[in-house]
Amino acid sequence: MMDMPPKELHTLRVNGEALEVAFWPHRTLLEVLREDAGLTGTKHGCELGECGACAVLVDGKPVLSCLQLAVECVGGQEVTTVEGLAQDNRLHPLQEAFADLGGSQCGYCTPGFLVTAKAFLDERPRPTREELKEALSGNLCRCTGYLQIFEAVEQAAERMAEAGRAEEQGR
Amino acid sequence: MMRVPPFKYVAPKTIAEAARALRDAGPEGMLLAGGTDLLPNMKRRQQTPKVVIGLSAVKDLRASLRGADGAVTLGAGLSLTDTARSPLVADAAYRALTTAASKVATPHIQAMGTLGGNLCLDTRCNYYDQNHEWRQAIDFCKKAPGPHGTAQREVTHGTCWVAPGSPRCWAVSSTDTAPALVALGAEVTLVSADGERRVPVLSLYKNDGMDYLAGKRRDEVLTAVHVPALVGWRSTYWKLRRRGSFDFPVLSVAAALRLGPGGVVEGARVTLGSVASCPLEVTTDALVGRPLTDEAIAAFADHAAKPARPLDNTDYHLSWRKRVVREYVVGALRELRGDPPGLLARSAARVLPVLA
Amino acid sequence: MSPQEHEGGSAAGQHADAHKVSHTRGGGPGGAFNVVGKARRRVDGRAKVTGQTRFADDLVLPRMLYMKLLRSPHPHARIVKIDASRALAHPSVKCVLTGKDVPIPYGILPVSQDEHALCLDKVRHVGDPVAAVVATTEDEAEAALALVDVEYELLDTIADPEDALSKPEPRIHDYGDDGNVHKRVAFEFGDVEAGLAASDRVFEDVLFFEGNTHLPIEQHATLAAVDENGRVVVYSSTQTPHYLHRALVKALGLPGARIRVIATPNGGGFGGKSDPFNHEVAAAKAALVTGRPVKVSLNREEVFYCHRGRHPVLMRFRTGVSHEGKLQAMSLETLLDGGAYGSYGVASTFYTGALQTVTYQVPRYAFRGCRTFTNKPACGPKRGHGTVQPRFGQEVQLDKIAVALGKDPADLRLMQLAQAGDLTANYLKLGTIGLRECIEKVVEGSGWRDKWQKLPYGKGVGLACSSYLCGAGLPIYWNDMPHSGVQLRLDRMGGVTCFCGATEIGQGSDDVLANMVAEVLGIDPADVQLVTGQTDVTPIDLGSYSSRVTMMAGNAAIQAAERARDLIAGPAAKKLGIPRDRVAFQDRRVFDVEDPSKGLTFEEAIVVAEAEHGTLGTVGSYKPPQSPAKFKGGGVGPSPTYSYSAAVVEVEVDPATGWIHVEKIWIAHDIGRALNPVLARGQVEGSVYMGLGEALYEESAFRRLPQKLSRANVHKFPSMLEYKSPTTLDMPEVVTYIVEDPDAQGPFGAKEVGQGPLLPIMPAVANAVFDAVGVRVDRCPITPEDVLRALDDKAKGGAGRVGPAAFPAIGWPEPLKVPPPWEGGDGTAVNQKPRRSRPAAAGK
Repeated sequence: MMDMPPKELHTLRVNGEALEVAFWPHRTLLEVLREDAGLTGTKHGCELGECGACAVLVDGKPVLSCLQLAVECVGGQEVTTVEGLAQDNRLHPLQEAFADLGGSQCGYCTPGFLVTAKAFLDERPRPTREELKEALSGNLCRCTGYLQIFEAVEQAAERMAEAGRAEEQGR
Repeated sequence: MMRVPPFKYVAPKTIAEAARALRDAGPEGMLLAGGTDLLPNMKRRQQTPKVVIGLSAVKDLRASLRGADGAVTLGAGLSLTDTARSPLVADAAYRALTTAASKVATPHIQAMGTLGGNLCLDTRCNYYDQNHEWRQAIDFCKKAPGPHGTAQREVTHGTCWVAPGSPRCWAVSSTDTAPALVALGAEVTLVSADGERRVPVLSLYKNDGMDYLAGKRRDEVLTAVHVPALVGWRSTYWKLRRRGSFDFPVLSVAAALRLGPGGVVEGARVTLGSVASCPLEVTTDALVGRPLTDEAIAAFADHAAKPARPLDNTDYHLSWRKRVVREYVVGALRELRGDPPGLLARSAARVLPVLA
Repeated sequence: MSPQEHEGGSAAGQHADAHKVSHTRGGGPGGAFNVVGKARRRVDGRAKVTGQTRFADDLVLPRMLYMKLLRSPHPHARIVKIDASRALAHPSVKCVLTGKDVPIPYGILPVSQDEHALCLDKVRHVGDPVAAVVATTEDEAEAALALVDVEYELLDTIADPEDALSKPEPRIHDYGDDGNVHKRVAFEFGDVEAGLAASDRVFEDVLFFEGNTHLPIEQHATLAAVDENGRVVVYSSTQTPHYLHRALVKALGLPGARIRVIATPNGGGFGGKSDPFNHEVAAAKAALVTGRPVKVSLNREEVFYCHRGRHPVLMRFRTGVSHEGKLQAMSLETLLDGGAYGSYGVASTFYTGALQTVTYQVPRYAFRGCRTFTNKPACGPKRGHGTVQPRFGQEVQLDKIAVALGKDPADLRLMQLAQAGDLTANYLKLGTIGLRECIEKVVEGSGWRDKWQKLPYGKGVGLACSSYLCGAGLPIYWNDMPHSGVQLRLDRMGGVTCFCGATEIGQGSDDVLANMVAEVLGIDPADVQLVTGQTDVTPIDLGSYSSRVTMMAGNAAIQAAERARDLIAGPAAKKLGIPRDRVAFQDRRVFDVEDPSKGLTFEEAIVVAEAEHGTLGTVGSYKPPQSPAKFKGGGVGPSPTYSYSAAVVEVEVDPATGWIHVEKIWIAHDIGRALNPVLARGQVEGSVYMGLGEALYEESAFRRLPQKLSRANVHKFPSMLEYKSPTTLDMPEVVTYIVEDPDAQGPFGAKEVGQGPLLPIMPAVANAVFDAVGVRVDRCPITPEDVLRALDDKAKGGAGRVGPAAFPAIGWPEPLKVPPPWEGGDGTAVNQKPRRSRPAAAGK
């Protein structure tokens, strides 16, 4: 019934691995990740760029996967989703802090917050509260009132800085 | 899940290829830059191009430089984040542009959306920016009168529910960067398969919700923005919206000033955004040649607010928006005069912690 | 112990007595707490930060089909004809359902069974579903909607309560009190008119609270399938799997044992996922028809059509006070815009008048409420269900009274607080009340005494208080059974599995269960395996609504865990050679409290217990105490106890534009006891956040087109963009005080925290705006437009007020007259008609 062009086989780089997926050019990264790659950790709350739940990183930058055509990510760009934050079975400091400090209640907006916060801390390891609010202003959370999220990111920043210092000294 | 309707995807590598692809696609073709405006519109079936020409691989669209004359060229494909952070426009003279770019929607959308895309942003209206099903419940509107995003310029029927007796569409110009660039006296380059031309930003627009981009031909690609050297100028951008992020402007004031000795205004440009279907430039004769006193500001603000004609198709009550125009003009000029920021300035012109 | 051994079908009173156990001491030696009160990662924390939590839309089954609903574009119309032949002719379409395929009505309340999975004969709001198309992909299902042809006969639109009151025809429903009035209720607790007449001052205020919605970030989704045994299994983002189960039994005409409902973790609920929804029933039916899994995932616009959000309420308070400001009598009338269906609306109507008496002593009280049907998505329960709107009115009016009498609003409240253990004028039995401490905390923390009426023009502070239920005293449908049940399974490998119907919606219900079990058995909460919200596996819990989970599932879990502890303690004592009362449980050990070195590991203790008793399992259950209210309608409002909150909000207002900036909020909440302080604070701050959104930004506004041209009545902006949920940049600094005054009814003394702290925010903002610029906005949300209009009004010599002008004539019924306890009442109405069958509220 629908006038669909043929699907094409593409290679996406997701969480450090190459994924061979066949999809239509009108598919968004969100759809391909969730429906074709089985990576359902990335959520969706509006599919119109109005909530931030679907945020993922493309080459380290936070983008909305609902407004990103997947076909524009097949040129070797590195896509990072919430599933790619932990190293082996070790949670990322942001994940630890969100879990410990109440940064996640229902958990639905959490993946979007986590990847956005990761991109932000990678660029700004010791942010002020004001900078943090700005960086997370594209992610809506209906549960927490954000304050425990801010604290979680700040704790993670501290832990990451400590780990960085320890690594320096270890060298 | 809201989904994008099918289309043929074309990915040119150069500006020339893009222009040819756009020409070849005809009225069924549309350009996709950051996608943050077009894709929601496609999901809501407001626009349903059969051919989508993706610009992400056109590197030349992201080229920026400062010319010998000090004028700055910014590639239209520059993301709004990169626009806000560009060292070429770090001077206080360009604050209107960098503030406007960093106040678009959200950090994610700034990272995705482009400067050119923001200039071409579709006009917005609470009767139009709705899902297909919703628009069916009001029997559609003049801007998108048919069930499937009929190409807009060809359509002349349908009711404008904002002003049912009116022959035109009253959708609102909602770009943040356009008023800023108009206030900075910027120009743009338009490239078609036939050649290129350079026009003032303001001339892109027409006060018509449907034909709002009348100054750009359908087959032209907006490729670059040129901002003149603005020695001695300072500028600002005030944006009215309910929340600190996400929201489109429902009023904006971009103002640029050059103050001479004794605080005498040597040059002034003020542009209103989001109170019509195009940015509105305000004549500033009354300001120039005299000091920027409270009285001068007040008189100018009364004058500036007159052409603003907010209607009931955005957030906030229209009469209140009209009232606030004046206060925003006052606030913007006082900020440029060097007054300490008050409550309004803190929400409207909050200077963002721009990242290094 | 098997479930059969559990006392079943006992009378209400016995149940209550069975649970009059004070769990205010911990499970460790000497009553020390093992787990309770310790800041701790929630048990489901890891899953949520790794993306492993499986929400409904994350589920995929082989051969899954996709369903989309064709929705009405008309607010009110008769369905003349539906022709699905064009859609059915398409190869990718597997099934099209219409109303006649699922003709049995259902609804959350027994008194309003007025919903159909797909509209049968008429549509009642834009977005009402008329057909379900099931196809092999979601794209195809969506595209095929256009191939279903529906012919409508348009009916007049009933747009709002004024319409509903003035236009009895066309009736939206053929049931209800009359015309388009769904329900009128009236009560009088003492002679209020005499009380008002005897008061030194009488204050009359009419206020309006606009509707708003929950906006969970997760859009509703359901996956239904026929399992390998032929049962229908329904995975859904629902807060109330048991009630959904009941609705499915009715609407599908199948025995309960042939249906399994599995509540997936909700990506936010806030009350918006507590009704059985048409898409859930339709998906189940489609699975039965096709024999294949069927998924339906709503888009955001459709979530707005599910709604069940806060009712728009117009209210009139007439309150008599003494010269000192002591309340003498209060009369409250409310008019609710119910939308197109009953939903919880009868209960919501009662709730608009239920809790006016639990914060301050109100000697005489009258309440009259009226709910109307209108052609808009149905309103229902949102966080603070029905009590939020009148609390706004009451707290704003108290502020006006304080100002008029020259009293500090904090003092005015402190001088007449309700007292612990009070029986109120409307027969609510109160528990502990930490409200005094709450007020003192926020007054001190905010510097209230130095700020109120002392800040420069444009800046101000406002104070308000509130209270909320800790679980509704009665279930939705009348029955004598427990409200919550827990089963524990203990195995010789040291595992403890807790089965409970409670539903995790982000509030931490799983964490509460693990907390209770771990506390009693001296193990780590992370050691407790949780199985929750599955109707075929878990004992029934009525659901995550009315702030009932901590109270009810928590108490049930304690009972089950104590029974398990008892099963273990005897054999362990025998093994250790000590008297049984010396056995203690802590740190995964079972040991001699007098010689802690003498002990068993938890696993060893289970082994000896299993050897003695056989397979180890226990049950626990909870039913709230019976309410002293015996009058009809007295079933809405009673709760085992009540939480209390107080807030101070500081604002800055720009007098030129009315722009409001919330500078800072101080909130104190009496939680009884914080079981996990991290989660408790999160609930308080989340409530403040949602309250702030309601106070300033959020509204479910509707739009009519020029009526000469159109009958349309559409939600103004059913999107995340235009429904304004506050962002990180809109959230002010919040200082949270957790006040702990343990309540004997609560598990280890705990009371609710998920809803109560929302309530004081809106009135505190309104009161702060008055303190800042001297104008009253008697409506919510409080917008800059209204502030500026009020300032204009004041500048022109007016009262400086914006709000509704009058309360319409309703035609109230004769009130039920129930003398308050101090006037010799016994909880019965003196003029009540003899009851035919069942006691208590129709609504709850």
